[in-house]
Amino acid sequence: MTITTAPDFPSLAVGDIVAERSFPLTRDSLVRYAGASGDFNPIHYRDDIAHAVGLPGVLAHGMLTMGLAVQAVVDWSGDPGRIVDYQVRFTRPVVVDPESGAVVAVIAKVGQLDDDARAARIDLTVKVGDETVLGKAQVRVILG
Amino acid sequence: MPLNPELQGRVFPPTEPYLVGREKVREFSRAVFATNPVHFNVEAARAAGYDDVVAPPTFAVVVQELSLAQLLADPEAGIDFSRVVHGDQRFTSTRPIVAGDELTATLTVASVKSLGPHSMVTAQSEITDAAGEHVVTSISTLVVRGDE
Repeated sequence: MTITTAPDFPSLAVGDIVAERSFPLTRDSLVRYAGASGDFNPIHYRDDIAHAVGLPGVLAHGMLTMGLAVQAVVDWSGDPGRIVDYQVRFTRPVVVDPESGAVVAVIAKVGQLDDDARAARIDLTVKVGDETVLGKAQVRVILG
Repeated sequence: MPLNPELQGRVFPPTEPYLVGREKVREFSRAVFATNPVHFNVEAARAAGYDDVVAPPTFAVVVQELSLAQLLADPEAGIDFSRVVHGDQRFTSTRPIVAGDELTATLTVASVKSLGPHSMVTAQSEITDAAGEHVVTSISTLVVRGDE
């Protein structure tokens, strides 16, 4: 077990990529998140209902996509307590195919540095294939 | 049907205290692909300065949900849940949530707007611990789709 120390603030520059990760989602992932979060909306596990309300198929919970995307930053920062603000806009649904699933790819880049607070704004690019699924995904991390 | 504009500014009563369980934190952590040992291992969490295992940054949604349920269930609000889409979400934390916390959420309807046939409602939940101290503010914008 290792406790990671915080990244070295003065060595950061705007535009640096600090983390890249991809998360393979399957239907199992959605069932697991439904149970963990208590969000049992059937559009996240029933194709017939998803289709009946005009969706292309079963979708990942927006909050699952938000929750996993930030993990790239949690791991980089070494301590989830350093994350003091996190926001996203849900721009496009993530369709999870029953056989092939979906892969959510996350790139975390330094968007802004606040020298006084020793805080970094990390901007996330979150895509499935070529499509961006989260907009304005920003994480404020105190590196103090 | 447009949302009731008089909802804006409405404050709901605080939710019943939610006790954050250690296994719930581990379960939620696995569900969001968390890997940091402070989410799973009590010793690792204590070594990092926490009282117990640490919940991931989006865990507050579990507690916020209880306050959103009050809004969605309110007949005066007139929100048809089957037409609700999550527009955006934000968490602003004073400290992370840890196992053992007893959390209460107080929801305020921050704004109600019309956007063509659709309505947008922004709900802000202040989540506090047993001592009444602020832990996290969770803000959701819900889009209620109207007839096109």
